[in-house]
Amino acid sequence: MVLSEWTGVLLFFIGGLLVGGGAIVTSYLIHPRRIQAQKYEPYECGVDTIGPTWVQFKTSYFLYALLFVIFDVETIYLYPWAVKFQSLGLFAFIEMIIFLFILIVGLWYAWKEGALEWK
Amino acid sequence: MGENIFTGIAESLRAFLYGAGVPPLASELIVLIVKLLAVIIFVSLNVVWLVYMERKIAAYIQCRIGPNRVGPKGLLQTVADVVKLLAKEIIIPRRVDKVVYLAAPILVFVPPMLAFAVIPWGDGMAPIDLNIGVFYILAVGSLSTIIFWMGGWSSNNKYSLVGGMRVVAQMVSYELPLVLSLLGVIMLTGTLSITEIVNAQRGTWFIFAQPLAFLIYFIAGVSEVNRVPFDLVEGESEIIAGPYTEYSGMAYAMYMLAEYGNMMVISCMCTIMFLGGWLAPFGWTFLPSWFWFFIKVYLMIFIFMWIRWTYPRIRVDQLLGFGWKVLVPLSLANIFVTGVGMYIYRAIGW
Amino acid sequence: MKTQTYVLNMGPQHPSTHGVFRIILELDGEVVVKATSVPGYLHRGIEKLAEARTYTQVIPYTDRMDYLASMLMNWGYVAAVEKLMGVEVPERAEYIRVIVGELSRIASHLVAVGTYSVDIGGFTGFLYCFRDRERVLDLLEMVSGSRMTFSYFRIGGVADDLPPEFFPPLQKFLKDLPSLCDEYDGLITGNEIFQARTKYVGIITPEMGIKYSLSGPVLRGSGIPYDLRKVRPYGVYDRFDFEVPVGKNGDCFDRFVCRIKEIRQSARIIQQAIEGLPEGPIMAKVPKVIKPPAGEAYAEIESSKGILGCYVVSDGSTKPYRVHFRRPSFINLGYLDELLVGWKIADVIAILGSLDIVLGEVDC
Repeated sequence: MVLSEWTGVLLFFIGGLLVGGGAIVTSYLIHPRRIQAQKYEPYECGVDTIGPTWVQFKTSYFLYALLFVIFDVETIYLYPWAVKFQSLGLFAFIEMIIFLFILIVGLWYAWKEGALEWK
Repeated sequence: MGENIFTGIAESLRAFLYGAGVPPLASELIVLIVKLLAVIIFVSLNVVWLVYMERKIAAYIQCRIGPNRVGPKGLLQTVADVVKLLAKEIIIPRRVDKVVYLAAPILVFVPPMLAFAVIPWGDGMAPIDLNIGVFYILAVGSLSTIIFWMGGWSSNNKYSLVGGMRVVAQMVSYELPLVLSLLGVIMLTGTLSITEIVNAQRGTWFIFAQPLAFLIYFIAGVSEVNRVPFDLVEGESEIIAGPYTEYSGMAYAMYMLAEYGNMMVISCMCTIMFLGGWLAPFGWTFLPSWFWFFIKVYLMIFIFMWIRWTYPRIRVDQLLGFGWKVLVPLSLANIFVTGVGMYIYRAIGW
Repeated sequence: MKTQTYVLNMGPQHPSTHGVFRIILELDGEVVVKATSVPGYLHRGIEKLAEARTYTQVIPYTDRMDYLASMLMNWGYVAAVEKLMGVEVPERAEYIRVIVGELSRIASHLVAVGTYSVDIGGFTGFLYCFRDRERVLDLLEMVSGSRMTFSYFRIGGVADDLPPEFFPPLQKFLKDLPSLCDEYDGLITGNEIFQARTKYVGIITPEMGIKYSLSGPVLRGSGIPYDLRKVRPYGVYDRFDFEVPVGKNGDCFDRFVCRIKEIRQSARIIQQAIEGLPEGPIMAKVPKVIKPPAGEAYAEIESSKGILGCYVVSDGSTKPYRVHFRRPSFINLGYLDELLVGWKIADVIAILGSLDIVLGEVDC
């Protein structure tokens, strides 16, 4: 029996964790601890912060993000199509034009409706 | 000469384990662990060297000399810096979300490590040869976004918050062109396996077949690793250090080192997808394949650094506009042209 | 979508506020809703200190106002005292003042250009400018013995004559300067991203510029060719041939470009001043103890940041009764709060940088 490739991926995941975790833990064990009240305040250019930080933040790229989700899913569909493109012949070619056309029309519509503006 | 050093080591290790009567499953695991350790050592050495290289290149671009005190020609400067940061206190501010705050710098090296798992460092030198390698790298590449955002949000600092939000904005704008630009190459090769893509470039490198895709991928790649002109996440003249503002000591260093790790991943990907991977140009096989790979990766890294020390920073809305109004249509057009071109090419006889 | 605004302190310890300047920003996402600037972190009470010093002893304090163009600060003060005393400055001293003053202006503009490049995110431009500023400082060191706080001007003239070894490097510098400016234009001004970041950002209309009594490159960027050296020449400026560069749109880019163009013009002025440098004394006949008659005087000069005014009141004693400075950086900042509203965080830095403030002068 041969190990699955994904065992290797898992191993590398653990390896990545060990690099980060190892460095932080080592540092944690040897670093000095000098307690001063001011040190534990958030850094805001040297003055106390005013008001709460975790607010309902205005993400002006909200519409972009929505579009992104839609397009990203569509792109995933494009990948298997691209792999099989050569063996599928004319059918794939025409299908590609239709699929890309839908994508382009979608983008054009979003653009026209002003979704691609920073508000 | 030297072509088979690393594959040879792996082979002899396997043979040794077989001879010692280790069961095959365990011996596979041991070989994998050795590969993992090799990658970790290689990558950490590279990252440390890259920080030094960046400082030196910056210095020469700016008419300075750069670090030249610690070690010969200042070579040990980064080592000294890392050791210093290791011995510095990791301050955990009072109001942070402790678990997420500490998890972020621990996790930050995971995405580049995962990506390195499938990078072929030379002919037959991929630690793991996945048959969907390209897709896998794209998937793990975008994981960094979440980690940076975790750091930015958990810090309970307004600069970190703005930085964290910019991480997401940046991902939204570059991820799509990054993914779309590689489609042209995949259409040409009909495979997602990295090894096969490199082998398909024996004739022409894809930088010549897909120049536009290369440009788009490179620009989006610069954006993925948060480097100038797309370093709005860090944006030191605007938001201090973005998500890293509250971090100190080794926790901060991990972010910095991971940035170089990510830069290596993107450079490796550029090399694999467009610059012919480990293949020697002009049939110059007097250097081993891993050496060619290395040269090409460093060429890409040099371009990254060159750009960083030449360009100013773009603004966040301009980045989004640029990504969606220029790069996305261009990459769609690239797919279209590639498809039509291939079809015509085949129609008139392959 | 309902969102909350939050308050962000930008400064006093911020990499891009050019010192210890603080802006309290109320932000909605990345967009500024309200801005309140808080100067004063570098206040040293120079005007109050001056009351307890003799007239000559005030000069070193003026160095510490705009420490990037100290010569011009010296000039503003001594011009007011000379006006109060009715002293006629010898011709050679006037020419020397023009030479060192313009050199100081070049140094100051080089810092402005360089730091602006850092503000926009390109660090290399900064070091290019500082490399060349170093040459100016070397020259001024030859003249005054000091690199930043010169205290070279005296009431009635200048402290020392120009040393002979000053001229060859100066000539070489003037010869190099146009090509250096081309270099900055290529590296910074010509960059697409730099232009995208600064063009049509932070527009100051000519009306608003006049209304807020802005001056210097900040006003000239809006297209108003108001330069005291031209419209109300002091010293010997009426003898030189130079242009007053102006902008068109009044945006950050125009203000930036004005500064680079002014560097070129300053070089022209210095060249003419060297050629026309007359022989003669460098000090007017001024008594050892300066005791101006009771009264008041106000003199203005064009400093690198704008119009520097100095108001001196004398009660007839050896110490000034009151000294007040009209600091261009401070006045130019007055419009900032209004200007910032509606722009993004990144633009705040771009706009603030384009005003080119020096905190030593703002807070005095």
